[in-house]
Amino acid sequence: MAMAMKLSLLLLFFLSSLIPTFSLFEDQVGFMDWHQRYIGKVKHAVFQTQKAGRKRVVVSTEENVIASLDLRRGEIFWRHVLGANDVVDKIDIALGKYVITLSSEGSILRAWNLPDGQMVWESFLSGSKPSKALLTVPANLKVDLDSPIFVYGGACLYAISSIDGEILWKKDFTAEGIDVHQLLLPDGSDVVHAVGVTDLSQFDTYEIDVRNGELLKHVSASFPDGIYGEILPISSDKFVALDARRSVLVLISIKDGQINLQQTHVSDLVHGSSGNTAILPSKLSGIFSVITDTFIAFIKVTNEGKLDVMEKVDKMVVVSDALPLSEGEQAFALVQHGESKIHLSVRLVHDMSSNHLKETVKMDHERGFVHKIFINNYVRTDRSHGFRALIVMEDHSLLLLQQGEIVWSRDDGLASVIDVTTSELPVEKLGVSVSKVEHSLFEWLKGHMLKLKGTLMLATPDEVAAIQKIRLQSSEKSKMTRDHNGFRRLLIVLTRAGKLFALHTGDGRVVWSSLLQSLRKSDKCTDPIGLKLHQWQIPHHHALDNNPSVLVVGRCGLSLSASSAMSIVDAYTGKELHNMGPAHSTVQVISLPFSDSTEQQLHLLIDADKRAHLYPRTPEAAEIFQRESENVYWYSVEAEAGILRGYAVKGSCNLEVPNEYCFETRNLWSIVFPSESEKIIATVTRKANEVIHTQAKVIADEDVMYKYISKNILFVATVSPKASGPIGSATPDESLLVVHLVDTVTGRILHRMSHSGSQGPVHAVLSENWVVYHYFNLRAHRYEISVIEIYDQSRAENKDVLKLIVGKHNLTAPVSSYSRPEVTIKSQSYFFTHSVKAISVTSTAKGITSKHLLIGTLGDKVLALDKRFVDPRRSLNPTQAEKEEGLLPLTDALPIIPQSYITHAFKVEGLRGIETVPAKLESTTLVFAYGVDLFFTRLAPSRTYDSLTEDFNYALLLLTIVALVVAIFVTWVLSERKDLQDKWR
Amino acid sequence: MAVLRRSQTTSSSLLVQLCFLSLFCSSSLAITTGNGGGYTINGQVKIPGFGAKGFGLPVKTNNAKVTLNGGQRVTFLKPDGYFSFHNVPAGTHLIEVDAIGYFFSPVRVDVSARNPGKVQAALTENRRGLNELVLEPLREEQYYEIREPFNIMSIVKSPMGLMIGFMVVVVFLMPKLVENMDPEEIRKAQEEMRNQGVPSIANLMPGGGRSN
Repeated sequence: MAMAMKLSLLLLFFLSSLIPTFSLFEDQVGFMDWHQRYIGKVKHAVFQTQKAGRKRVVVSTEENVIASLDLRRGEIFWRHVLGANDVVDKIDIALGKYVITLSSEGSILRAWNLPDGQMVWESFLSGSKPSKALLTVPANLKVDLDSPIFVYGGACLYAISSIDGEILWKKDFTAEGIDVHQLLLPDGSDVVHAVGVTDLSQFDTYEIDVRNGELLKHVSASFPDGIYGEILPISSDKFVALDARRSVLVLISIKDGQINLQQTHVSDLVHGSSGNTAILPSKLSGIFSVITDTFIAFIKVTNEGKLDVMEKVDKMVVVSDALPLSEGEQAFALVQHGESKIHLSVRLVHDMSSNHLKETVKMDHERGFVHKIFINNYVRTDRSHGFRALIVMEDHSLLLLQQGEIVWSRDDGLASVIDVTTSELPVEKLGVSVSKVEHSLFEWLKGHMLKLKGTLMLATPDEVAAIQKIRLQSSEKSKMTRDHNGFRRLLIVLTRAGKLFALHTGDGRVVWSSLLQSLRKSDKCTDPIGLKLHQWQIPHHHALDNNPSVLVVGRCGLSLSASSAMSIVDAYTGKELHNMGPAHSTVQVISLPFSDSTEQQLHLLIDADKRAHLYPRTPEAAEIFQRESENVYWYSVEAEAGILRGYAVKGSCNLEVPNEYCFETRNLWSIVFPSESEKIIATVTRKANEVIHTQAKVIADEDVMYKYISKNILFVATVSPKASGPIGSATPDESLLVVHLVDTVTGRILHRMSHSGSQGPVHAVLSENWVVYHYFNLRAHRYEISVIEIYDQSRAENKDVLKLIVGKHNLTAPVSSYSRPEVTIKSQSYFFTHSVKAISVTSTAKGITSKHLLIGTLGDKVLALDKRFVDPRRSLNPTQAEKEEGLLPLTDALPIIPQSYITHAFKVEGLRGIETVPAKLESTTLVFAYGVDLFFTRLAPSRTYDSLTEDFNYALLLLTIVALVVAIFVTWVLSERKDLQDKWR
Repeated sequence: MAVLRRSQTTSSSLLVQLCFLSLFCSSSLAITTGNGGGYTINGQVKIPGFGAKGFGLPVKTNNAKVTLNGGQRVTFLKPDGYFSFHNVPAGTHLIEVDAIGYFFSPVRVDVSARNPGKVQAALTENRRGLNELVLEPLREEQYYEIREPFNIMSIVKSPMGLMIGFMVVVVFLMPKLVENMDPEEIRKAQEEMRNQGVPSIANLMPGGGRSN
């Protein structure tokens, strides 16, 4: 009876877990996931250190983040990620309590509360034409106005109250045609100077009343040679500019309403300068700096208008803006890069000859050169000035230097991940025990007793904290060796700065980082950008002594025909093994499924001339490729032209210099979409390394369906050109979304389906025999997710047992990519609430475990959705057999269960991609989501059926066993005694 | 509130701003013409329990974002929950609110050139029309499972609890069952056992004859 009860209970348990969600208890956070917050490469920084209280620095970054950082430790107090089209132009602090940001080319002005980051007000400045954006927050204005700030944007000048964002007055400069370069507010005056250029040949300055925006004075002087770059103010009545040929410095001085232009040849001032001269934008009073090809010269302007070269420094020196000190004194900082250290010197503007402060700081050479420096001062106890410097490095990291030391550093390059791959960790060597064995059995038992208490909700808060600590500190998960379950790996990420990071999946720490030489700015490669990461060498059987390595492919410039740069990097140490400098261009990288005797993967790089280049460049690889070249096919998508093309290898290149690793290609097929009705907006294909367990799918009534599992399916989505804009720009009648399934070997269109009244953006994922895609339905004005499943009809007859016995089946017939497949398509659509940023699917080692879709929503969260919700066989009233199969009744919308957000209460700000990697344990998949933030977790889509969960209670098991043994002994003794009594009777 | 902006509105700053943008203060409507040819959509996000207080939204909603057309524009909430999108072209738009801990339905907003000022907004989740652009969460979102408080049944139901339970039944109830049996029968059974010696599987099988 008890057995029956047990069975029924077990059954109940399994039934209740039919639809697994990734539910998590709150105390399990950080147990198998980690979340890291970043901000990106800093563009501007404003310090707030005057008042008592927490010292902070407010920054805006190239990832469009504004953030307030703790100046002591570099932690983020608060942070906002602005929209992609809402680029921050300027930031400043007003009234000592508001952070002011000017964005969208000077059309949106926002104020944020400095302590907590709450937006206080927002002003929309509707300019008349695009222009530069300028922001000036006057420090001490002696005018009876409620602390205005001055903004120039959209060719209009505004005075805006910093208290509530109200526009006090507006002065339109459209009629004047002036391009304002500087807004100046001389100390103590009540006049705004707008200094600029009209038609690049006339210098203008307007004086405007601070109180009401009235034009007081306008002076101009024509300058027929034209002006290059910007006009830089030197004092309130002196400006300097460069002529259009970049060879003459123009000193502009205004005296008694008259403009005086004075020209000096750069070559007269400094010798050996060439055409690439520019004025640095550092605003120093009485001094300006000129950068040439080889050096930076500081030039002093005397009161008489004479230019004196004060000093020449190396070109690589980075100069900060001027920092006002007491009594009109100004300081600025210079940073010079030396061998594995940097030299920081602070100088006073009035006394350029000597360094006010000189410090040398040791610097990791993997951080590269200094890109930017911001300085701030503090008053020491002996009333002298101390300085702290915030520096931005080549790898986008942010460091605070003070008293010759790095106070803190942030690896903000990780905010701009381009591509991700993984690597196994080294195998644990015999005899070398890396892990610490649990201290003692007692400790171990104590830990488990605590856990038991925790699960029974009997623990006190102190004990709960202790449990949490034990869990997070488990040394197992951050070990540097391979584990049986395959949970510990290295995530290798390529960032926009051209730096490669290896992150440990256990705790997210950076194991190594390497600034790739091939992706650094050089004379040959002026504008390098990383593109792709590929596994280069994966030692399994033969080359076990070798470390695995990855291939990094980059490009020197934005155009597709720019030459490419490649590196091969050791995945354990981060050392750059090979560095192939600028070579042929690279449009596409194809990882071939062949490897040579040292387990190096063969790669084909397709250049802009459609030639294929084989890597690695060894005779062995060439031989393997020659053998297999007949079976190598690839395709290209020309989204602009609306053409898909398929290619194969033709023969060696016809070059002057024979090159056995270069191959000509031939075009096999092309599909041309009519440009007036279809525009390609998304293409997606299957992951090359995906594993599928079985082709057969057993459905209700013991019937079988065969999945069509070709690796060569390409999903293409096109929309009518009118509907390619954002939502709201097209009517339902003029928008049409068409999806195609294309075989990339033959160019055959397997299926074509249209969704009328729908438009993009389309996000899609293709796996096994299905594709799921997300788009916008204009008629219902909701997002939809559709699924297409493809089944192989040619094998459908194999179900007949009689035929199987007689031998009339085609199970042994070879599968060929050339054959014309007989496929049937099933499809269904559902509503989905949210906008989607990325969509992905879980992948497991053997492909047995059921799949979950991972949907990155607009709110930067990742939702796990069981694939069974997007099954085209769902019907309104499933039959009993279908119910038993686990088919869900059809609903019009997909459910959003908050507990199945795998990012739980976190946000992966600026989410861009979701990567899944199978663990060795079949039930588990590793998920890495990246954007401005990074998030990692591991999932078990069908629960961990093949292992005990980490919080399995060993203490309870032990207790049960002990209790059982004790009970056995007790009953044995009892029965003995009873026997004896029986015998005496 | 945004639709019919009453003159006694407390948020004067917004009103002034609106006047600036619409260039005529008499306008009391949420969707107003800007001078760039576009329109302005004003709305408010209200989170029950906090919105009533007006100022002082919880830290939780500090990071609330309002998005137009799936990411085309992003704006943030003012302390009183108001937001606005400027220079929006005529057409049908989609507004989504994202605040951690709350589930908001996307809102369909029609901005038409024919009758400016008339707001046509509807929640897309349940097709409910909105008279004014005040967005409230449909429900709160709980991202974590809640641990069940200590319950003796949960122990009993666990596999180990079942094992113990089964054992207890065998140890303590079985002898009782045996005791309640007829002593005659027990003796008979014991005799049988003695005769048989070791019980074999054949005996247990139905129809299995006595082998000895």
